[in-house]
Amino acid sequence: MRQDEGRASGDGAGTPQKLPASPVSSPASPVSSPASPVQLFVAFTLLALQGFGGVIAVTQRVLVEQKQWLTREQFIEVLSLAQVLPGPNVCNVALITGDRFFGWRGAFAALGGMMALPLMIVLGVAALYAEYAAEPAVAGAFRGMGAVAAGLIIGTALKLASALGSNPMGMRVCWLAGTVVFIAVALLRLPLVWVLLVLGSLAGTFAWMRLRSRDAVDG
Amino acid sequence: MSSADWLILFGHFLLLSLLSIGGAITVASDMHRVMVDQMGLISDAQFSASIAIAQASPGPNVLFVAVMGYQAAGIAGAVAILIAIMLPSTTLALIAARWGQERRHWLSVRAFKAGMAPLVVGLLMATGWILATSIEGWRHLVLTAVAALLVWKTRLHLLVLVGAGAVVGALGWI
Repeated sequence: MRQDEGRASGDGAGTPQKLPASPVSSPASPVSSPASPVQLFVAFTLLALQGFGGVIAVTQRVLVEQKQWLTREQFIEVLSLAQVLPGPNVCNVALITGDRFFGWRGAFAALGGMMALPLMIVLGVAALYAEYAAEPAVAGAFRGMGAVAAGLIIGTALKLASALGSNPMGMRVCWLAGTVVFIAVALLRLPLVWVLLVLGSLAGTFAWMRLRSRDAVDG
Repeated sequence: MSSADWLILFGHFLLLSLLSIGGAITVASDMHRVMVDQMGLISDAQFSASIAIAQASPGPNVLFVAVMGYQAAGIAGAVAILIAIMLPSTTLALIAARWGQERRHWLSVRAFKAGMAPLVVGLLMATGWILATSIEGWRHLVLTAVAALLVWKTRLHLLVLVGAGAVVGALGWI
């Protein structure tokens, strides 16, 4: 997984390298990679500090669009693993991403960056909160930030949906699966474990059949 | 609170860590059962404030667990309970990620990834929806929709959006 080309990152405006579509759905390689665990630690600290009400939106923005350490498809892969495993999703994303570049050192550099400074800040806020919680302006600001945080997550989902175009199940089945999950979790509030178990095995089986027949055609 | 109680609590959070598919917030109801109802370590108000504080602070939302530990027993409580909720899931994530990465050309691994991808997008939408509708009223939904559109279609800095939300909220418009 380690990338050998150490192209400078950070201008953020560069377009991802165009690679020929591969026969299997393995995503194209990202254009850049972190230079060291220290760089991972710093990057994850900075992105965690920008994440209010959840870090997933800013993690996608930084890892995929700015640093280009992961492609959109790779990010979805990492995120899907992070979602089905227990534990905070963004922390799992940090761990898995760090591990792919520098093994366990990278994993703990990324996770440490994600947690260390935010932990100190949140405890500071907790100490202050008791004093100012009754202020209407403070309560209102909390509500406003909460509303925006929800929008950031929805916007990220819409952005990632475009990566489903290369999915072997096809766009229509992807839309169907995504919509059913949304209804089950957001509207019916069914337990996540069962939703993932049932729909995950259905979708996985369908993808398995599609991939197998495609591999057979490709020889 | 005795050290035996702390051991029980530590052990319980180790267990919850392995059950927390979808994030620590999914097992928050059980944390409430143990810390508020059973052990009386924190009050109801302290419990919900912990979640609000973590959401309004930078960083992963799992830090609400640290805030609960802090309210119960200061810095030591915060660190202990955070380690308990993170250690098992972290270990499992590393093992599973390596297992999958080494076998990424296997048909079953590729099928798992392809099948999960649309579910992940649907789950993100669901999380956004649940967060948006957990706030009372409807006017903030306009803010949510505008933020979603701007994230989707522009490269506007995310902090600008969060800051704008804080200002609009502080002025009492939502």
